[in-house]
Amino acid sequence: MTAAISADHLTIRFGAFTAVNDVSFEIAKGEVFGFLGPNGSGKTTIIKALCGLLTPTSGTGTILGLDIRKDAEEIKRHVGYMSQRFGLYEDLTVAENIDFYAAVYGLEGSNAIERKREMLALTAIEPYMNRRAGQLSGGWKQRLALACAIIHSPEVVFLDEPTAGIDPVARRALWDLLFKLSGQGVTFFVTTHYMDEAERCGRVGYIYLSKLVALGTIAELQRLPEASPPGTERIQIDTPKTAVMLDPVRHLQGVREATIFGRSIHALIDSDHLDALKAQLPGARVQIIEPSLEDVFVTLTNRTMEAAK
Amino acid sequence: MKHLFRGLVPICRKEFLHIVRDPGTLFFALAIPMLQLFLFGFAIDTNVRQVATVVFDESRTQDSRQLLERLANSDVFQLKSYARSKEEMYEAIRAGKDRVGIRIPYDYARHLQDGSTATVLVLLDGSDSNVAGQAVSTATGVALRESLARVIPNGKMPIEVRPSVLYNPATRSANFFIPGLIAILLQVMVILMIALSMVRERERGTLEQLTMTPVSPLGLMVGKMIPYGVLSFMELCAILGVMRVVFQVPIHGNLLVLLAMSVPFLLTVLGLGLVISTKAQTQAEAFQLAMGTILPSVFLSGYIFLIENMPPIFQGISCLIPATYYIRILRGIILRGAGIRELWGDTTVLAAMGCAAVLLAALQFVRRKAI
Repeated sequence: MTAAISADHLTIRFGAFTAVNDVSFEIAKGEVFGFLGPNGSGKTTIIKALCGLLTPTSGTGTILGLDIRKDAEEIKRHVGYMSQRFGLYEDLTVAENIDFYAAVYGLEGSNAIERKREMLALTAIEPYMNRRAGQLSGGWKQRLALACAIIHSPEVVFLDEPTAGIDPVARRALWDLLFKLSGQGVTFFVTTHYMDEAERCGRVGYIYLSKLVALGTIAELQRLPEASPPGTERIQIDTPKTAVMLDPVRHLQGVREATIFGRSIHALIDSDHLDALKAQLPGARVQIIEPSLEDVFVTLTNRTMEAAK
Repeated sequence: MKHLFRGLVPICRKEFLHIVRDPGTLFFALAIPMLQLFLFGFAIDTNVRQVATVVFDESRTQDSRQLLERLANSDVFQLKSYARSKEEMYEAIRAGKDRVGIRIPYDYARHLQDGSTATVLVLLDGSDSNVAGQAVSTATGVALRESLARVIPNGKMPIEVRPSVLYNPATRSANFFIPGLIAILLQVMVILMIALSMVRERERGTLEQLTMTPVSPLGLMVGKMIPYGVLSFMELCAILGVMRVVFQVPIHGNLLVLLAMSVPFLLTVLGLGLVISTKAQTQAEAFQLAMGTILPSVFLSGYIFLIENMPPIFQGISCLIPATYYIRILRGIILRGAGIRELWGDTTVLAAMGCAAVLLAALQFVRRKAI
């Protein structure tokens, strides 16, 4: 079976600047793929290349088996795209926005009416039909933007930071929607900064300094040797004075990195120092834990930065 | 063909909705050119009339008074003040109170009587060359007639020039200036409207969204041009109506031909607005660029200054300015009653410029993969 989305040694340069450096991955049909990375790491550029809006400098990719270099126009019909800025016309009503995008995608007559009804049902936005898009709250704008982005029943949907600036309830509602659609076979490629969102994804990729530095399921990433090098342990230190303790813990022998996590400290330490550490932290509860996704990414980021130097 | 203009209809419909939804912008877009038409239409009068004149009459004779009367009757001079000394006369001109000074020396009448040459000094404020030129020629004309009348006692002139002004016989400034003004007003309005509408989409991120849809660049561009084209065409009709009714400028040619020949001009300025919109990232930038097109269109299009009098390089530049051709069409049809036979060349150039501008904008759009 062909992958829904694939990138094959994709490299994109703007002059001397390499925005995307030799990135390869495959995403199966119906998968919800999370794409993470700091701002400016190349996430949006990859999306643009995959949608056929940018010609890669080298390498290639496919969407539903269509070549991103040659079949850009055909790809547009099968792909939905929703950006952080939503791309809504704020002076048009909800209904007019939906109608506009339906027409732009060439939906006509009963087909258009049917799809519009489906979108209204899916997003439950019907009560606001005649309201101007500009008057909607962030969460409703986002739902409308999604409705407009998938009005043409795309098989692949790119969401570029869809939940930036949206309240947690609306975020959860959006994710519920995504899983509903992915159950129907739609493939999602979602970029985000939120770790909790990434953890909802079946698989995640992490791009840093234009390079894809990690790719896999959450469990696979947690077991990555780069994230949890052999001979090290991740520990959680529960102490009443986390803020005061952080700096001393960082300077203890055998501690590679430490950060505050809620009311405890997470640290990466050399395994053979575990007992010594426990002895040096009287009154604190120390336990071995699995690394969180954030732990993994912070470790990977540090390692990539060191490698780049 | 269908692929080339894909998305045209929905874009066009949506753009009409934008226009209707924003009555404030619509009102200003339509009202400001009209307001300017009224302002400039009433204000601009290049005919030199009633120039403030200071007189220093040292002669104080019947002859000198007769000369002054003739000058006053010419309608060019308004004998406003009488100076008592040479210094007073100079001071009046330097202060800007008067633009022309006429000094008749004390021996004026005596010279006339004994048949030698009497001199009259005409002082001119050269800071307005138009006024100065007109004043000199009128004063010379009056003096010449006076001299001839004295040489030929029976008053019969051997030669008399009888000017008969064709087209615009009253030589009213309004007739000459308003047709040109139409081109300038339309150009500013059209370029601003379409460029701002496009850049607004860029600023709000909807343009990025559109590039992800199957809308073609030409579909987008032409879809935007149609609503603004219709709007500016309506404005043109309104301006022509005001010109005819309020300013009493008759249209000697065929109105329908004029309207038809206006379409290529509108196409060109719409295209120009689109080209500007591909260069500008923000509405402020688009505004600046649009304003930058005004001065060349005013000064190098023949609107104010004769193209024939310009150095060759500027004549070349004027050929690149769409307003040059449209002003020729407007003046030709409105003032001279010209028609298709005389003006098809200008119309063709405009149409070609228009298509080129739209294609250029579309190409820019494709190459930049506009974001």
